[in-house]
Formats: sequence, structure tokens, C-alpha cells
Amino acid sequence: MPIPSPLHSRTAPLCITQEWRDWSGYLAAITYQPAHEVEYYAVRNAAGLLDVSPLYKYEVTGPDALRLVNRVMTRDIAKCRVGQVMYSPWCDEDGKVIDDGTIARLGEQHFRLTAADPNLRWFQDVGYGMDADVRDVSTQLAALALQGPNSLPILKILFKEAKLDALKYYYLLQSEFNGTPITITRTGYTGDRGYELWIAPDKAAPLWDRVMEAGKSYGIIPFGLAALDILRVEAGLLLIEVDYTSSQHAKIPAQKSSPYEIGLGWAADLSKDEFIGQRALQAEKKAGSPRSFVGLEVDWKDLDRLYGAVNLPPQVAGRASRIAVPLYANGKHVGQATSMVFSPILKKYVALATVESSYAQMGKEIEFEVTVEYVRVRAKAKVTKSLFYEPPQKKSVARG
Amino acid sequence: MTDFDFIVIGGGHNGLTAAAWLAKAGRRVLVLEKRATLGGVAATEELVPGFHFNIGAPDARLLSPAVLDGLDLKKHGLEFIESEIAAFAPQADGRGLTLWNGAEKNASEISRFSKDDQAWKEYSRQTSRFAGVLAKMACLRPPTIKNNPLGLMLAWGRLALQVRALGGRDMMQFMRVLPMSGYQYLNEHFETEALKGLLSVPGVTGSTQGPRASGTGFMLFYQQMGAARQVSGGVGQVSAALAKAAQARGAQVRTSIGVKRILSERGRGIGVELDSGEQISAKAVLSNADPRTTFMDLLGAPQLEPRIVRRLRGLKLRGSTATVHLALSGLPDFPAAGGDQARLTGDIVICPSLDYAEKAFDDAKHGRISAYPILIARIPSLLDPRLAPTGQHTMSIIFRYAPYKLAESNWDAERERLGDLAVETMAKYAPNLKSLILNRRVITPLDYEREYGLAEGSEMHGQMGLDQLLLQRPVPGFVGYRSPVDGLYLCGAGAHPGGGVTGLPGLNAAKQALKEIR
Amino acid sequence: MAETKRYDAIVIGGGHNGLVNAAYLAKAGLSVLLLEQRPMVGGATVSEEIYPGFKFTVFSYVVSLLRPEIIRELELPRHGLAILPLESTITPLPGGDYIYRGTDPHETFRNIQRFSPRDAEAYREYGHAMYQMAKAVKYILSIRPPDPTSLHPRELMALLKLGKHFLNLDEQHMYTLAKLMTMSSADFLEEWFEFDPLVATLSASGIIGTFLGPRSPGSAYVLLHHYMGEIDGVFRAWGFAKGGTGGVAEAIASSAQELGVEIRTNAKVAKVATRNGRATGVVLENGDEFEAKQVVSSLDPKLTFLKLLDPKELPSDLVGSISKFETQGSSGKVNLALDALPDLACLPGEGVHLKGAISISPSVAYIERAYDQAKYGQFSEKPYIDIIIPSMIDPQMAPPGKHVMSCFVQYAPYHLRESDWEDQREAFGDAVVNTLSEYIPNLKNIILNRQVLSPWDIEQKIGLSGGNIFQGELSLSQLFFLRPSPGYAQYRTPIRGYYQCGSGTHPGGGITGAPGRLAAFEVLKDARK
Repeated sequence: MPIPSPLHSRTAPLCITQEWRDWSGYLAAITYQPAHEVEYYAVRNAAGLLDVSPLYKYEVTGPDALRLVNRVMTRDIAKCRVGQVMYSPWCDEDGKVIDDGTIARLGEQHFRLTAADPNLRWFQDVGYGMDADVRDVSTQLAALALQGPNSLPILKILFKEAKLDALKYYYLLQSEFNGTPITITRTGYTGDRGYELWIAPDKAAPLWDRVMEAGKSYGIIPFGLAALDILRVEAGLLLIEVDYTSSQHAKIPAQKSSPYEIGLGWAADLSKDEFIGQRALQAEKKAGSPRSFVGLEVDWKDLDRLYGAVNLPPQVAGRASRIAVPLYANGKHVGQATSMVFSPILKKYVALATVESSYAQMGKEIEFEVTVEYVRVRAKAKVTKSLFYEPPQKKSVARG
Repeated sequence: MTDFDFIVIGGGHNGLTAAAWLAKAGRRVLVLEKRATLGGVAATEELVPGFHFNIGAPDARLLSPAVLDGLDLKKHGLEFIESEIAAFAPQADGRGLTLWNGAEKNASEISRFSKDDQAWKEYSRQTSRFAGVLAKMACLRPPTIKNNPLGLMLAWGRLALQVRALGGRDMMQFMRVLPMSGYQYLNEHFETEALKGLLSVPGVTGSTQGPRASGTGFMLFYQQMGAARQVSGGVGQVSAALAKAAQARGAQVRTSIGVKRILSERGRGIGVELDSGEQISAKAVLSNADPRTTFMDLLGAPQLEPRIVRRLRGLKLRGSTATVHLALSGLPDFPAAGGDQARLTGDIVICPSLDYAEKAFDDAKHGRISAYPILIARIPSLLDPRLAPTGQHTMSIIFRYAPYKLAESNWDAERERLGDLAVETMAKYAPNLKSLILNRRVITPLDYEREYGLAEGSEMHGQMGLDQLLLQRPVPGFVGYRSPVDGLYLCGAGAHPGGGVTGLPGLNAAKQALKEIR
Repeated sequence: MAETKRYDAIVIGGGHNGLVNAAYLAKAGLSVLLLEQRPMVGGATVSEEIYPGFKFTVFSYVVSLLRPEIIRELELPRHGLAILPLESTITPLPGGDYIYRGTDPHETFRNIQRFSPRDAEAYREYGHAMYQMAKAVKYILSIRPPDPTSLHPRELMALLKLGKHFLNLDEQHMYTLAKLMTMSSADFLEEWFEFDPLVATLSASGIIGTFLGPRSPGSAYVLLHHYMGEIDGVFRAWGFAKGGTGGVAEAIASSAQELGVEIRTNAKVAKVATRNGRATGVVLENGDEFEAKQVVSSLDPKLTFLKLLDPKELPSDLVGSISKFETQGSSGKVNLALDALPDLACLPGEGVHLKGAISISPSVAYIERAYDQAKYGQFSEKPYIDIIIPSMIDPQMAPPGKHVMSCFVQYAPYHLRESDWEDQREAFGDAVVNTLSEYIPNLKNIILNRQVLSPWDIEQKIGLSGGNIFQGELSLSQLFFLRPSPGYAQYRTPIRGYYQCGSGTHPGGGITGAPGRLAAFEVLKDARK
């Protein structure tokens, strides 16, 4: 039975649909109101607030903290300055991805890591013999994601002293809320301008209240996981156990993926100090990866044709679908689309997909399986970048 | 150009064997020993003026002929004193059970106790056959789970044929009894508790396991690979001869030089850094230290994959041997020997029954010193009078079990209490013992760790339980004598075939290194 | 009046393996007679109303290992087999706390996290690893052990296939498997977990039914043996058979009868009749004789070879190794009829935790101390106890509002050094109730009836030699092609037409039915010749 998150007292009354999902053992709202698109548009056009407390959080401290984190992560964390945040996957000894998350450098010898799965044991074991301490702070920190173009003005009302205007994409600042320390990171899982607020659980509810109050005139509403799923697919962001399987959970070797196979090749820094999986990734880089991660745009006209044949308009996933769909080329199975959704802002049916590397070039034509009235047919689709939507405010720094 | 071809860390008998073998092949070899004397625990030291004691290993019964002859050790001064007696086990009822080397007399000796003399014949036939197979196995590099070289596969294939050649019946028995407990194996043969108690002792050597533990049967055969023979001048002479053999071929042997760490670069061992800070480079490094010291301390866990570190953390060292060395003014009188001094020239074993041994282990399992310990004593000065002043004697008593990790005390507090307990226990069988003691030195597992560098005082460099043998020795995933770090080899007892003064880990590791390092 | 009747095959013993064997033989068209000495079939797999209104799962009490192919092939659900899930395991701890492991992984995670965040994570990974292991050995459960001494191409091929199976395993999984085959369960688990009570309660699966402690090498294999269960394709799912484990036997018996098996109860076999080294039938204790071309014994190896046959008919090697076959039972059973629901001190009141197992295994040292006593011929005064309350899972097991409680207790050595079981039975029962009362304060006040079974009683009642629930220790020396004896691990015996199909053969004990099924295939192979 999932348990309430530290923000449940606030989210529960707002969740009039009673649609909840178990997120790492916590109750998480799927959609607060019947039309999740409203929540989606709030994030794209105004502001939305999401409870992300169920994320796993770890702190690494001590003289060898950097050495430890750098040995875990495929990216070079030595380049992460104090006050900076990085996103990176991490791999097992065979170079297969275990999980991915953010690394916030709070001090020279102090990092805070987020993860989708429990990873304490892994971090501790990678750092065995090092002079560093890894602690699970998951239950000691609640987190709120304030996302959308209006997130900055709202935050500025709450934190008048903080230099929020100057806070760059993937940087952080420390402040106080009612006398309690708070970390504000300019991060998120929506592909829009956004901030995540990290605070002690007992202060999370008052913080929620203040954010909602300040955001009132800026159009803020809470948003749930249904809207989030659309936002993250548009932004080309991966979801563990949906778009890839953690090597720790894979039942057979074929279910495991290297960073190259899930579009995170850019994050594998083969020239940095030794990290777990480096040797295997060097070999894979040399030999080439059998699979690649791509975006797909399904040809709307073709969908129209297929559904038109049974006298229906195209039936597409309004909520992002996480049921993988096979992909074909010349009648041969070449991969699968793992997340797909009709993008409300692009008005396109888009998908995140894994395909054989020879089908990964931009513009490549591929067939996407669609079930039209119980009959499996194939629609034309085109390989694209997985980043479908990126508004300028996502990374821009406010003037002044 | 590196400073040396090979650096051997640790001048124990295996390190020296490896060094001598490498030097024999014309390679430039450096041996670094932390202590002032060579030999590790296979050393003989003058703990009391005029009295020379074998610190750990009492003899070199398992020394492989491949080492002895291959390195001409006799030419370098190694001599053995053969003893007729294998073991003598005085009993509480005043009787004594003696076993000779060579089975002839033993049956009649056993018939004094029971009808087990018939079973003895079958037992000694079977154990010597099985020990023969093990002796061959000990000389081979263990195979890995996957991707074995053809030559190795052929060698193991030949061994498999030899097992097959035991005949269907013995072959099945071999497979059946290898994983068995000494308890079960001995109970299948014998009824006499005194005999079973005595025979169970080799099965629990060097491990914190009782005779009921599966796999202790294997150790019974392992220990049967050789016959008791004393080294003239003390067991330390083995190391002395090995060092001479190495030096004669150009190897450098430096004592009192501690290695601080093993240097590695991108997963390759490239040399060592000394305590002094000096760095010495080599094409490859062979470590005679135990696996934990080698990989966790000298190399450092962060140089290894987490899955390897996890396995190394699971390495069961679990030393539980203490030794009580006594300088004696005269020969102790064991009434059970009936005045026959010769019976005291082998092992004097106090282990009257299987339950006695198992109960001794129960204490250790719960972190206590055995209240009723197994004792294995030697009086080497009987056969080799030079070891003690004229008319006087050295007696070394191996005490089991003395677990390294004490639940409710510590070794600095328990050292002399253990010494007292050993003497009291032995004095039950040799009443004049206490009055003969001139001096006493107790070496606890903690002392073996501190003074001799054995992690957790494990003389086997990891207990030889079923789960730490063959391709699981020292831990799964290590390929033969190679380690996960290229150019770093393990040449001590932590590698196959394991502990005892065999020289085989050193020899096999050297052969492996020669093949791979040009 | 002695009668003589003729069958294609006779199966001796109506335990679950005998029933499975008979059913498969009948399914292949043989005329089959099954003989059971007791008034009911089931052997150790029975439910009996010892106290009016209360059904005891007298001996065995949980199901998981029953092979899914048997359930399908014998259509057992149609014959009434229903396996209800056992939700959880709760381990009360001395300080008044408890470890709870249930079906919701997050709940289990949070519970373990209170003691060790690291272990909470390790628990998931451990489950994953054991899943992989169960997958790796599943093949072994489904094959007849090859004979490594034989040079027959068939045997060499089988060995080759087996070797190939293992070589195809992931390298890391091979290492884990090697560890499982050689380690003690506590050592194996300590490589995963740091919280001792968690190690203890998990290690208990490594000692059940064996004369081993959690620190005895070889117990990790038994741990694996208990993970091989598969219900509805899910590995490691324990269940409780509706109606008790007797429900399993009844379903198989019903299927067997429908397939044409004739079942006779109260029919104790005295001897297997032989002529010229060939089995010709059986003789009952009452003098009745039955003839058959093939005779299959589901009894344990000692009875199968040394009692039903004249040892003189057997090679001395075999007689020797069967006499050495370790069958000393180590476990007892205490069944309680209760007036009300037991109340756990650590988690009072009714709750889902009472629908699962309650494990008295508070520390590794606790179980080891229990074992220490058994080694020297005493029952454990503070034993390891595995409890279920069948009436919480299947209300028909007891009158409304009342309950039955099944307590599997270890250690109770078959050989008591200074006394005998007739003398010690109730003292043993008292030790169990006293131990339980420390965790269940209201227990003594609600006991209506108590049934205490020592290994000796189990032997008396259902014949199992030494009262060993696996028909022989699951030690490395007694597994696979060594079970029950080298050279006779392929279900055949030196007597032509005489076969073995009990838990004393590969793959061993537990309600798997696998020995019965695999043996049937061998019998049928010969029948076709």
C-alpha cells in the first residue's frame, strides 16, 4: 500500500479525480482534474506545481566525495562546479545503464544525487575503501517542482533576496524559507523553464501553500503525472523501466542498455578518470552499438488513411502510452517505440523509440504498428531527434 | 625499461618459491619482505635464548616434489628428518593411540581399541588414492568458468580421466565424499571415538569449521598429500633454502622493507611504493600477501570493480589458530606413551572424539575461545636436539579454536589465559609438564596478524572451506593466479591449491606469470 | 483368504510422489494399482481432523514447489486443487519490534529500511538474484540425472547437454550458483545483508528439513531448493493448499483415479516379490499378493531397498551406501487447535500478517544454539519455529471464530541421546509452546488441543525413515546423480522391473511431484521395450 507523501495534506483535497498512482511507494496524483491537458498547458504557458518527493535522494560527503561520485557517473563530475547541477546516467561494470539522475554540487566535498530507484548500496559499494560517506536522505527531503514560463516571477515573490534572475540552467542556489534551509535548483523533467525546491518534509506543506498563493495571479495549478508524461516525451526525456530497463532489473541480458543505446552517448566521457563501465563503453564505442535511441514522428496522413478505412478519425494516445509498440522496416522488425503521445503543442503524434542503429539516421522512414479496430496495421513514421520541443525560456537567463 | 621484471611482495615460502622459479627462467626478480626474517609463518625463531621454535607451520610435510626437486633445495641445504610416528593421541583413560607413517602397524594398534582395524585398511586405501588425485589437482591451475585455454582444458581433461580411472565405484565415491564432512566420512568408516577424533583434526586445519562442516572431508585428503617429516634446523630452513636458490640465480631478496602500496595505472599493475616512499617499477607484481591485504590494502578497493570488491569482502579468513611455545627444562612425561619417547616425535594430538572437536568449534562459532580445545603439539627438539640447549626441549602447541573475533573480550586480555588453558589441558596427559616450563610465548591470531601480516590470523590466507576452493579460490572471478588487475598475480596460500607449506601457489603463479609476461 | 490380482504396474505408497507416478503411468495406458498402508492417501501430505472440527495439516503445511507441468498435465485444478497465496512473513524480534516482508515491495522496503537502508535495497536485488538462480536450475529439476560413470552415448549426450546448459548461463550467475552450492546460508546471506535478524530469518529456508545449522556449509543449497518454487509462473511464491496440504493429495488421487488408477488403502506392503532378479509383484502384510510387470516404490530409499527387498538380492555396495544414506530427521511438528486468534506482542490484533508465515528466527546465533543442542542429541529448548494459521487463509479449516495453528519446529533430532521420544514428546511440545508464548502472550490461554509430532512419531505414523521430511538429507553428497546412491539415481534399481520414485530420488524433497513424474517416464520407457 502506498503511503502519503509529505505533501499529501495539500495534494489530496485538490485531486478531485482520485486518480493516484504508486510512485516508489508513495501516493502520487495522476491528474488533479478530469482534463489533464489543462495541467499540461499550465506548465507550457504559465506555471505548474508537482510533488516530486518520492524521488530517491542521496548525499555524498567527505574528502573523497568527488572521487566517489565521479567513479559512479559516466560524465566528468570534476567539471561540476560548486553551485552547479549535472545530469548523468550511471552504469554497471559491463557498461549497462543502472539509472540516471541529477548531481548537485552543494560544496567542494558535498554532493546531492537524485535517482529513480534505490541506489544507496551501489553508491556505497562503488566508493568502498574511499574516505566518503553516502547517506540516503530520501525521507529527509521533500521536493516540489515548479515548472513553466512563469516559474521565475512566482519564485521571486517568495525569495526576494535570492539571485534568481542570474540562476542559470542546471545551477542551484541555497536560501531560506521560514528559517529553514532550502535548495533551489534550476532543473526539471518538463523541458520548460523550471525549478525544483528541496526542503525538510515538515516545511514542505507551508512551502506548497506559499507557492500556490504567490502563483495565483500567474496561473499556477498543480499538475500530475499524466501531464508530466506528455511534457517529458516532448522534451525527449527518458523514463526508467519504460524507455529502458535498469541493468539491475533486467531478466535477460538483452534487456540491458548502454548509454549509447538510450541516447545518452553524449554523457559517456570516455577520456575522464576511471568510472564503472568505462572499459566496456570504450569497447562499445569502438565496435559501434547495435541499437540507437531516436524520436519518431508518425505520419498523420497515413494514420488518417488507416483509420479512415474503418470510418474513424485517428485514435491516438491523449495520455502518453507506455505500452511498447513494434517498429518495422521493409517488413522486418527493427525496434520498438517505448513512449508515445499526441503532442498538444506540436499537434503531432510523437514517440521515443529504440531502433537498430542502421535505421537511426534522421529522416529515415520506418513503420509504426497501430491497432485499428483490433487489426494490426503499420503507419509510416519518420526518424527525428528525440528532443521534440524546446522553448527558449528553458535555458535562457532573465535579463537584469 | 622497468627496474625489475618481477617484484614479489612477501618472502614467505610461496613468495620465495615464485622468486626462485622466475629467477631460474632468467628474469630479474626482487623480493621484498617486511620482516627481518624470511619465511612468514613458516619460520623458525629463537623466541627464548637458546630455544628455536617453529612459529606457525610445524613441518613441511606437504612441500611439493616439484618445488623440492625443481629448485634443488637439497643442494641449497634443505634436510629432512624422517619420523616414524605420524601422531600420538593420549586418552583420558590413560591409553594412547599411536599412528605410524605407513599403515602396517596401525591396524594392530587400532585393534587394541576396537574392530576398526579392518575398516582402517579400506580407509587408508581410499584416502591415499584420493589424496593422489588431489596432489595432481594441486599442481594445475584451476580452470575458469568460461573461455579456458586449450592446454588447460586438456590438463583438466587428463585429470578427469584419472578420476575416471579410479573405477566407477571409487570415482562415484570420490565425488560423493569430496563435499562431505569429516564427521560423516569418519563415521562411515569407524566406531572408535579416539580414532575418529584424531583423524578429524586435519579436516579442520586452518578454518573456523567443525568436523560436521561439509567439505572438511576434502581437507582430510588434502592433508594426506604428504607424510610427516621434520625439517632439520626447523621449518625456517625451507625458506632459507628457497632464498638461497633464488639468490643463486640472481634474484634480489631484501628484508625489513615494507610495501606501502601496489602501483597501478588504468587497470595494470606497474610496480610498488615502499614505506619509505621509494617507487620501484616492474613488468609484473606477484603478491605473497593474503588476498585481503593484497587487494584491499595494498592495491585498494577503488581500483577494482564493485562486484569483485563485494566478493573480496565476503572472503572468509576467520583465523582461529593460536600457538603456545614452551621452553622446557626436560622432556614431558606422557604416561600413555608407556615410556616410549619415540611416540612423542610426531604430532601429539588432544582430540578424544568427534563431539569434542565439534564442541570446541561451537565455542569459536559463538566468538569464544574453546573451553576444551583441540591441541596439536610437537617437540621438534626430540629429533633435532640443536633446537634447544642440551637436555632441554622446545614444545609448540597449536591451539584450536582461538577465533580472531572474540565476542566479549580481546586478545590482549586473553593471550595468557589461553596459554594457561593450553598448558592445563596438556598437563592432564603429561602431569609433569608445568614443572618443566622455563618460558612461554603465546601467539594469538591477532599476533599473527600484527607480527606476521596474516589478515585475521588466517594461516591459510582464507579458510579452505568448500566455498573457497578451486575456481572459487580466493574468490570467484579470479582467473588462476591472475587478478582483475593485469600484471598483478597472487602467489600465496590464498590462491589454488591453498595453505600449507606446499610451495605450489608460488610455483603455479610463477609459471603463469612467465607465460604471460615477456 | 489371500487373493492374487495382476496389473501392469504397482505403486507402493500413496504420498504425493506415489500418486503422481501412478497417475502418469495410468495416463500412458497402464493398469495401475496403488497401495497405501494408512486409511488415507497423502503420506506426509495430509490434512486430518485430529480434534473435532479442526483440520490439521498434520505434517507438511505449505506448497510452492509442486511442478506446474504436473498441475497442467494431471489437470489438478479440475480435481479441486486450489493454492491460496501466503501473503507475508513476519519475524518477531526480541525487543518487541518485527521484520515484515509482504507482497508490496515498497512496504517491505520501508520495513527493512528502519533497520538498515542498505538491506532494504539489497533485499530487492537478492530477490532478483534468486529469481535468476531458480531460472538457472529449473532445467535440472526437469531432467533425469545422467550417470557420469557410464560411457553410453546416451549418458554422454546428457552430460554434454547439462554442461551446455551451464555454459550458457551468465558468468556472474554461475558464480552465484557456485556459491549457493558450497556455502552456508548465513554466510551467503551475509554477503547481501548486514542486519543479523534479517539474515537469520532468511537463512531459515536453508535449514528446513535438514540436519544443518545456518552456518553449516551446504545449507545455502537448501535455501536455493526452497526458492525453486513456481506458482503460476512466478518463482518463489509460497502458497497454502485449500483444505490443507491434504487437498493436494486428494486432487492428485482424484486425477489418478479418473485416469484408471486403483487405489487401495489399509494395504501395507511387506515385500516386493522377485524371481531371478526381476520384480514380479508385491506381498502385503496380510498375505495378499498382487502381480505386476513393474513395481514402483515411493517409499524412502532405506525402506525401498533394505525393507521391501532382501538385501541379499542387492550388490553389497548399494546396501552399504543405502545404509549410509543420511536420513536422520531434524524437525518436529506441533499442531494447535485454538479457541481464538493468537495475538502477536509485536503487532497486536488481527491483520494481514496473520495470513502469512510467522517465523521465530530472531538471530543467527539463536538458530545456531538451537542446532548445537540437536547435534548432541537434545531437542532445542528455544527452537526455530515456522508458523502458519491455516484457518486465516482457509476458514474451513476450523469452526467459525476458532483457529488452527501449524508450527514446524526445528531442531528435534530423531536420535535423542539420553532419552526417547515417547518420554520427551510432551516436554518438546512444552518447549515449543513456551517459546511461542514469548511472542504470543495469549497463546497458552487459547489452546484447546495440541498434537506433538517428533521425527520418531512421523516415522511411526507414515513410515518415513528417521522421520526425515525429505526422505534423506539434501546434502551435496546426496544430490543429483548421487541421490539416493551412485549408479542408482535414474529411478531404476538392480532388480529389473523395480523402480523408486520418492523424494529420496532426484530432485529431492518438498511437494514437487517431480521424482514421481520423472520416474514414471523411466518406467514407461522400459514398459515400451
